[in-house]
Amino acid sequence: MLFKVFAASELSRLFEILSVNRIVGPVKKGEDQHGRSLYDFDVVHDIAELHLDYGQTIHSAKNYFLPYRENLCTFTFQDEGSGDGGDWHKEVDYGVYAPLVLFGLHPCDINALNKLDKVLLGGRYPNPFYGEKRANMFIVGHSCSPQPFCFCKSMGTDSAIRGFDLFLTRMDDLYFAEILSPRAFHLLEQIDCHDPDSREHHRYMDLMEAKEALYVAHVDTSDLTKILDLEFQASVWQEWGQKCLSCGTCAQVCPTCYCYGVEEQVDMDFTRAHKEKRLYSCNLLDFAAVAGGHNFRPESHTRLKYRYYHKHRGFVEAFEESLCVGCGRCGQSCLAHITVPEVIASVRASKEEHDDD
Amino acid sequence: MTTNLECLPPVSGGEFEYSYKAEITNVYPLTRMEKLYQIQLVDPMERERFIFRPGQFVMLELPGIGEAPFSITSSPVRHGDLELCIRAVGNMTMFLDRVGRGTRVGISGPFGTHFPVERMEGEDVLLIAGGLGIAPLRSPILSVLETRSRYGQVDIIYGARRPSELLFDYEYAMWRQFDVGLDIIVDREEPGWQGPVGLITEILKERIAKGQSDRFRERTSAIVCGPPVMFRFVCDLLIAAQVPVEKIFVSLERRMHCGRGKCCRCNIGSTYTCLDGPVFDYWSVLNLKEAI
Repeated sequence: MLFKVFAASELSRLFEILSVNRIVGPVKKGEDQHGRSLYDFDVVHDIAELHLDYGQTIHSAKNYFLPYRENLCTFTFQDEGSGDGGDWHKEVDYGVYAPLVLFGLHPCDINALNKLDKVLLGGRYPNPFYGEKRANMFIVGHSCSPQPFCFCKSMGTDSAIRGFDLFLTRMDDLYFAEILSPRAFHLLEQIDCHDPDSREHHRYMDLMEAKEALYVAHVDTSDLTKILDLEFQASVWQEWGQKCLSCGTCAQVCPTCYCYGVEEQVDMDFTRAHKEKRLYSCNLLDFAAVAGGHNFRPESHTRLKYRYYHKHRGFVEAFEESLCVGCGRCGQSCLAHITVPEVIASVRASKEEHDDD
Repeated sequence: MTTNLECLPPVSGGEFEYSYKAEITNVYPLTRMEKLYQIQLVDPMERERFIFRPGQFVMLELPGIGEAPFSITSSPVRHGDLELCIRAVGNMTMFLDRVGRGTRVGISGPFGTHFPVERMEGEDVLLIAGGLGIAPLRSPILSVLETRSRYGQVDIIYGARRPSELLFDYEYAMWRQFDVGLDIIVDREEPGWQGPVGLITEILKERIAKGQSDRFRERTSAIVCGPPVMFRFVCDLLIAAQVPVEKIFVSLERRMHCGRGKCCRCNIGSTYTCLDGPVFDYWSVLNLKEAI
């Protein structure tokens, strides 16, 4: 990996160079009831709008690579009026005509993309809707300051080693840049930067070390796949199920939740129809309902449990890593205050409960 | 100077949303609820190249209405001249129930795993279907019958709720001509019914009692499909009869929106029913929480 260092004041120059492209980054959306700033990813036109010191955004940047709604294809009906014999033509458009710059992603969100790549770009049927967006993405990562709810350290996603073009770590008046792509390399050629000296190397390493101490939330993932299997019938799941509102908010804000449903609509004049993909949530009541009325997960706790099993067990078995990046957004936005560290800890603690019996 | 990042040419994966144009060539009402749809891929080349294995499924698309997975119920030798047995029960199938011959639909697939009938050659085959479970089983049944001499004893056990709900009853005489044991049982009697009444497990118990345990242990494969509640009862009997778990094959149903392992709706544990299923051997089922 190549490293460069540039003065913090050069950032606006960097932004300016990229600004002919569409840039999405963290912007301030308002304040909560305690006066704390709320951030989200949005299109940025001016560097003044960019809040790179954000703690965490409410939503991930998912809408820009897995849109909540996306047109999969358009049908044009022909020979309208000839009854059942009418024909149709199907048109597919991935909808990517311009590259997108994601400016200021934290390591958790970069790792989320890396994980999604495995499932969405791998296998027999790579998803071109996602693949097109990924191929036309320029990612500028940015260092973060761990929030009380962040448990990325436990998930091994607290630093990104791939999946970005450029990663910037703020060191007071300097930026320490990691370069992964020729595009990023040429970009930095256009601003005033230099190779880091050993003093700057050490400053960077000291900073990383100091970051470690800031983590408050932890998840013990040792042997978790087995523990989840063993505790499949544990009563704690039902307790969490009683709290869960089955609203699907956790999936909405999650950077790695990718499940979807498909719906089709016909235009009012019956000349065309659209097939639309809508992101879904495994906590919603009809997630596993099939035609004829059978629901494979009718109770709230079976759906909540499934969510944890997919993230922390199923995906691990398939890809040897968890699908959860520990960003903590689901816990922050959950109306029932259900957080991943608490749920996992309670499942692990089921053992002690049995021991007390 | 600014850097205008270039947009890259489309990535591969153009087949992701590709569906074959197909036409409903015939519709046969089977019972009050189910119809048999003959669906032919329009392009003769595509039809010829459409090669599937018994137990695989297709995504059937009705533009503007919806898309859903259906097991292929016809024999693999017919390639892209498919038969789907469909019960009118949801939005899309209710609509399908009202369309007739000549309707143009979309077909994508074939998807998923299959019943490994090729591995069962030289062995006894036990095919057990409950209700609409006969739809995915008709494909391996026809496949086995077409190469009947390659198999040992072949038995079909089929249970339905009522005699009037029995599917493919016009074919039973033909199946029997191939030296096949065919036992049919219904839950509820109806006038004119002379066969047995009861649960499918009763017939299976009788069949097992007649058989030899070393044959079950050493040279029997079983294929099972039915409503969710049926699997455990039937498979437990088969295991008790010493049929090895890895030689019991079930076809599972799940909600699917893509058929390509991307929508995550059919996910069970680390597997997708559309990619790793719908046909699972019972060893895999035992290893998956909430599979049945």
